[in-house]
Amino acid sequence: MQLTGAQALIKSLEMEGTEVMFGLPGGAILPVYDPLIDSSIRHILVRHEQGAGHMAEGYAHATGRPGVAMVTSGPGATNIVTPLCDAYMDSIPIVVITGQVAYSVIGTDAFQECDTVGITMPVTKHNWLVTDARDIPRVVREAFHVATTGRPGPVVVDLPKDIANQTMEWYWPESVDMPGYKPTLRGHPKQIKDAARLMCESHRPVIYAGGGILKARAAEALRELVDLTGFPVVTTLMARGAFPDDHELCLGMPGMHGNYTAVTALQRSDLLLALGSRFDDRVTGKLSGFAPDAKIIHVDIDPAELGKVRRADVPIVGDCRRVIEELNQAVRTSQAKQKWPSLADWHTQLRDWQTRYPLVFEQLEDGPLKPQYVIDMLRDHTPDDTIVVSGVGQHQMWTSQHWRFNYPYTWVNSGGLGTMGFAVPACIGAKVGKPERMVWAVDGDGCFQMTAQELVTASAERIPVKIAILNNAYLGMVRQWQELFYEERYSEVYLSPDLPDYVKWAEAMGCVGFRVDHPDDVVPTIEKANEIDDRPVVVDFRVDYREKVYPMVPAGASNDDIILDPAHDRPGGR
Amino acid sequence: MASQAKHHILSVLVENKFGVLTRVAGLFARRGFNIVSLAVSPTEDERFSRMTIVVDADETPLEQVTKQLNKLIPVIKIVELTPDQAVERELMLVTVHPPKPGRRSPSWPPSSRPRSRTSATRRSPSSLPEPRRSSTP
Repeated sequence: MQLTGAQALIKSLEMEGTEVMFGLPGGAILPVYDPLIDSSIRHILVRHEQGAGHMAEGYAHATGRPGVAMVTSGPGATNIVTPLCDAYMDSIPIVVITGQVAYSVIGTDAFQECDTVGITMPVTKHNWLVTDARDIPRVVREAFHVATTGRPGPVVVDLPKDIANQTMEWYWPESVDMPGYKPTLRGHPKQIKDAARLMCESHRPVIYAGGGILKARAAEALRELVDLTGFPVVTTLMARGAFPDDHELCLGMPGMHGNYTAVTALQRSDLLLALGSRFDDRVTGKLSGFAPDAKIIHVDIDPAELGKVRRADVPIVGDCRRVIEELNQAVRTSQAKQKWPSLADWHTQLRDWQTRYPLVFEQLEDGPLKPQYVIDMLRDHTPDDTIVVSGVGQHQMWTSQHWRFNYPYTWVNSGGLGTMGFAVPACIGAKVGKPERMVWAVDGDGCFQMTAQELVTASAERIPVKIAILNNAYLGMVRQWQELFYEERYSEVYLSPDLPDYVKWAEAMGCVGFRVDHPDDVVPTIEKANEIDDRPVVVDFRVDYREKVYPMVPAGASNDDIILDPAHDRPGGR
Repeated sequence: MASQAKHHILSVLVENKFGVLTRVAGLFARRGFNIVSLAVSPTEDERFSRMTIVVDADETPLEQVTKQLNKLIPVIKIVELTPDQAVERELMLVTVHPPKPGRRSPSWPPSSRPRSRTSATRRSPSSLPEPRRSSTP
């Protein structure tokens, strides 16, 4: 069967099970958009290429399947660099197809030419410039394989226009042959044994669960490990939902804005079982002061993570699910042979910290409206399996702290890169991937203004996402740092509460818009928004700009120097 | 040199394709390593090339860069050539410009152009064993 390169590309995407792609056409990718009309793949036309990338990420986050985006050459490709970098930092599998000028004119500064492969090299797991239409099925096959296996990540396939127009004889490669790419999945048996030995000697263990648990679909295995051992669990920003918050051994989020118990448990532990986590600076604080007495068992599928930041006593390369299952087996064997030390004292200590230092804020009856109160009400008045998406900043930290994540894949956010503007497109991608689930984005006013135009996409495509803007009229997290560390010298952080008018803006984009500035109106408005299922909803919550995210470990400080919310000392704080 | 960084030789087997050198060199640059010297040529199996990279780094960062290098898909295999397993040869080409008055009249080349002569020097630690050829997998 003779196909053009463009037809072969679309057919290859179909062969890989692509159901939906996010994109925006242009000159160099025109040939590929033509056969798309006859394809089973649903295409979602975005308003900016960055939106396509974040939608693909949101889709991948929520479904576990690779997100696919397609854009044109030059500015199309450069506009999607931010999502690529975001996906690279957070290990999100996305496949991005970029158009390229004709191979015959590459290097001549042709119209809309840019060195896409060169530009995206540092922010992709791998990328390809296709130089022959006959390579297309093989390259697409490899691209999906690389994106989804091992440590997942973004890939780019750059397709010159003349190659898309070439004809080729269709084939589909049965297997992938990449001699330089063979991820290790099984843990080394000796290392597993050593890990079990350290575990049975520990009196103050903590499981430091990272995003790798979710990538490896290891939540069930983790649950079993906790049931077997009674080890408490902290879930990092990327792992919220990997272990249920309602479980008595779940301590919640550690790190710069983690809760007191999670942060302090890590500090006092004598054994950290790091599973798919990477000792990020936002978790460790000052590295030399981090968990000083802890031995480390570090499990990661990426060998380069082991020993990158903190030396591991037992490093284990492997897929988190496989390794945890192997660990569970080793634990059972060990427990059959010998009695493990009781963790009762440790559990009592943890419960004591939890009782003494809960998350607190004060919502006065008559206002001003507190952002944490909005999140609490949203949490309590939405289904338990609601997918929550956030941007980056104060609202993100509050959401991660206050939501109760009891199911994996219900939390979508930008962790490593911290990409403001992530929430709106990412929640659209998540809703496309999980249309049966309610999807709420909690966004900041600064973030919202960066990518709000994608709500036009959502309206046009009838994707009923819901956005709660915690509008404090500031770039809140920057303001918080200026207040605490720059002597309240507020430099370029004021945004204004009503410029733009978010309700009118929402309506102009085909959404329903609400505004809430009194605590009494929060719940009725959330309920109204939940009823709307035929278009997006935007709620402009006018919240108190003075509210800060606590607890906080100042940048560069040790986790021992955690600052608690001043409300701890006030009566009526809760 | 101010740092205590040590001299390491990495022998890196890579796919013989365009752009691979950029990926390798780019990775060194991103991780803040200076390449001291670099040689690339195809192996007896034309699908592969061998890069011999000399880099100044401490043990721990070198391990990190080696692991990162291993993650590059066109990189097949990395071997560190340690002094007891490898022979180092340096070739130097020297251009000599003797001052005119003191110059002996050369018998070769026959012309009178004041051109250069080349010479090669080599150094080799006396204790080295026989050079070991690494074979291509």
